[in-house]
Amino acid sequence: MFAPVYLDHNATTPLDPAVREAMLPWLGERFGNASSRHEYGRAARKAIDEARAQVAAAVGAHPTEVVFTSGGSEANNLFIKGAAAMLKPGLLAISAVEHPCVREPARQLRKSGWRCEEIGVDAAGRIDPRSFEVLLADRPALVSVMLANNETGVIQDVVALASAVKAKGGWMHCDAVQALGKMKVDFRALGVHALTLSSHKIGGPLGAGALILDKRVEVAPLVAGGGQERKLRSGTENVMAIVGFGKACERAMADIELRAARLAALRQRLEAGLAQSGARIFSADAPRLPNTTFFAIDGVDGETLVGKLDRAGFAVASGSACSSADPEPSHTLLAMGVEAGLARAALRVSLGVGNTEQDVDGFLQALGENLASLRTLAAMAV
Amino acid sequence: MLKLPIYLDYSATTPVDPRVAEKMIPYLTELFGNPASRSHSFGWTAEKAVEDAREEVARLVNADPKEIIWTSGATESNNLAIKGAAQFYSGKGKHVITVKTEHKAVLDTVRELERVGFEATYLDVKEDGLLDLDVLKAAIRPDTTVISVMFVNNEIGVIQPIAEIGEICREKGIIFHVDAAQATGKIDIDLSKLKVDLMSFCAHKTYGPKGIGALYVRRKPRVRLEAQMHGGGHERGLRSGTLATHQIVGMGEAFRIARLEMAEENQRVGALRDRLLAGLTAIEETFVNGDMVHRVPHNLNVSFAYVEGESLIMAIKDIAVSSGSACTSASLEPSYVLRALGRNDELAHSSIRFTIGRFTTVEEIDFTIDLLQRKVGKLRELSPLWDMFKEGIDLDTVQWAAH
Repeated sequence: MFAPVYLDHNATTPLDPAVREAMLPWLGERFGNASSRHEYGRAARKAIDEARAQVAAAVGAHPTEVVFTSGGSEANNLFIKGAAAMLKPGLLAISAVEHPCVREPARQLRKSGWRCEEIGVDAAGRIDPRSFEVLLADRPALVSVMLANNETGVIQDVVALASAVKAKGGWMHCDAVQALGKMKVDFRALGVHALTLSSHKIGGPLGAGALILDKRVEVAPLVAGGGQERKLRSGTENVMAIVGFGKACERAMADIELRAARLAALRQRLEAGLAQSGARIFSADAPRLPNTTFFAIDGVDGETLVGKLDRAGFAVASGSACSSADPEPSHTLLAMGVEAGLARAALRVSLGVGNTEQDVDGFLQALGENLASLRTLAAMAV
Repeated sequence: MLKLPIYLDYSATTPVDPRVAEKMIPYLTELFGNPASRSHSFGWTAEKAVEDAREEVARLVNADPKEIIWTSGATESNNLAIKGAAQFYSGKGKHVITVKTEHKAVLDTVRELERVGFEATYLDVKEDGLLDLDVLKAAIRPDTTVISVMFVNNEIGVIQPIAEIGEICREKGIIFHVDAAQATGKIDIDLSKLKVDLMSFCAHKTYGPKGIGALYVRRKPRVRLEAQMHGGGHERGLRSGTLATHQIVGMGEAFRIARLEMAEENQRVGALRDRLLAGLTAIEETFVNGDMVHRVPHNLNVSFAYVEGESLIMAIKDIAVSSGSACTSASLEPSYVLRALGRNDELAHSSIRFTIGRFTTVEEIDFTIDLLQRKVGKLRELSPLWDMFKEGIDLDTVQWAAH
């Protein structure tokens, strides 16, 4: 059977077979509700506690700092709305390249009297220090900056930003959904008050995420009910997904350096090929995740090219998955000052541990062939 | 050979039906795409699976698939429905009505609303656990915007008069939310007839996986909500967050099976419940909690008088049952549902919820009857209260000395 090559790991990843093995008993005979006191329930509770320890260990946090949620979006919503609910309305600063699940809850706070400002980025997608300084002088109560961008892969200097925010007395949140599993993520070293993680970007299942939360920060729950997760997230725990998330964390962290090095080598091969096709690679000079390449070829429509590549058997993205339905050019690129025409040409390749050199070479070949035919068409149209 | 402990806690959660699990596995293997990915076949395959499942959920309750919003479970659905509607219609009024025997997911949500400036009325129920419609009518105020009443109670299994309440709400222009977490697969739900505006569902009480639920949001007449989770704009902006395809597929299959097999299954389960009922009420001084007519066939909640609750639970470890609702059973507070029925603390403490399901057998029921008959008898032999009762002393008149 024809199996397409998957090059969209920043959207979601295939489930790691070892993770699936760990999950399957929870789809079968181990089905208890973790709140039940009988044997079935206690087994579920124990499994959740083990997963909590695995997730905590992956980011150097204490297990009691882990709040399980249904995913990264919920964790971001929980922190931003939940922390704001416990504070007097003030200034909330987020980077101009945040994922919509940070940007949108932040905008919602305006309704309750908050000022929501964006920290600008430079042409490479890094936080612009001047823009940051200006907002910092206003003493933001809440700041949220992602560790690594989902589209460009750019890694921000969260350690420095967090230390500056803390010096001014603000709470610092960091969305580390894309960073986890691709680079070292250490809750204490980052110095943030809260960190968002997601399972399905690291070989774990969809439907699980976590907010790592410093206990000094008071947060109001987003979902009220039975009082699970230290009353911060009610609802019967999704034991199977939580078990999978824990296992995925353990697996991803066990050989993080090796994985990162492998991905980096593959990407180097990819980008060398892209350079020959005349592609412009965004944020090439900034520190980036080892698996992500965001590029554009001037004069070639990204959507059209993505469609052709899919038919050729290569799954890539033209924007972040969540907003792929949105015909607007990438918000991240616009924030970097890329003009709309070039932004519309953008394509994202995000590699995963399962990809091989053959995958990369095959992709480059398919790209070359499609570019040639697209250019011929364009020339004929003139 | 019976496998111990025997699972009789189907209202806390159900095993995933093997047919459901089988349907889910491919989405945990090669069909792993993000349903929001629009640029490749991995995404399209996932999106199609999500839409097929949405149709199955809609079919079970006779709704339009466009009226089904995915959530992470009934707790989230209840939060989204009640907060979302109360906030959206807060310009019209800020009064919410619910019932004292609702699940915590509803009660705590309403309390959250009170914390942010809404007013709430918590209605009493009758001794049989059912809501008195006149009590409801009397509680309605000009500024009432949302009424939330559960379809089936999680502890005592009684079915509230949802059709009648719907008529009252519609006439008054009040948004009516129903928590149906315990109702799917147990009773017929026809949303083309019921005047319900919002209805919460979850998969894991109906042989589907945990971590997935849905909210029905009526389109005609249109009901509006304020989203509680913002981001990529999934689920028509009402609930952002990457959809968990395998879980959604599981819920769709679970609800499809429920639609096809419900009638037959309820007969079988009902017969088992009646067998259990006969066996347990043969024990002296036992009381069934909640109305037995307006009740789902799989639930039996019994109080065993003159038996200390914790000792009873310890004595019947060979069966997995609940002494309150699962979500609160970690606390030793007597069940607030049973107290709302007028049961005293002692009787509430010595109550057991037996919930029967798809995989329960006659042998398991007979084992349970025998176990309870023996253990209750034994515990009462050790109980001075039982001796006093047997001697004809009215315990309510006894003046106990303080220690």
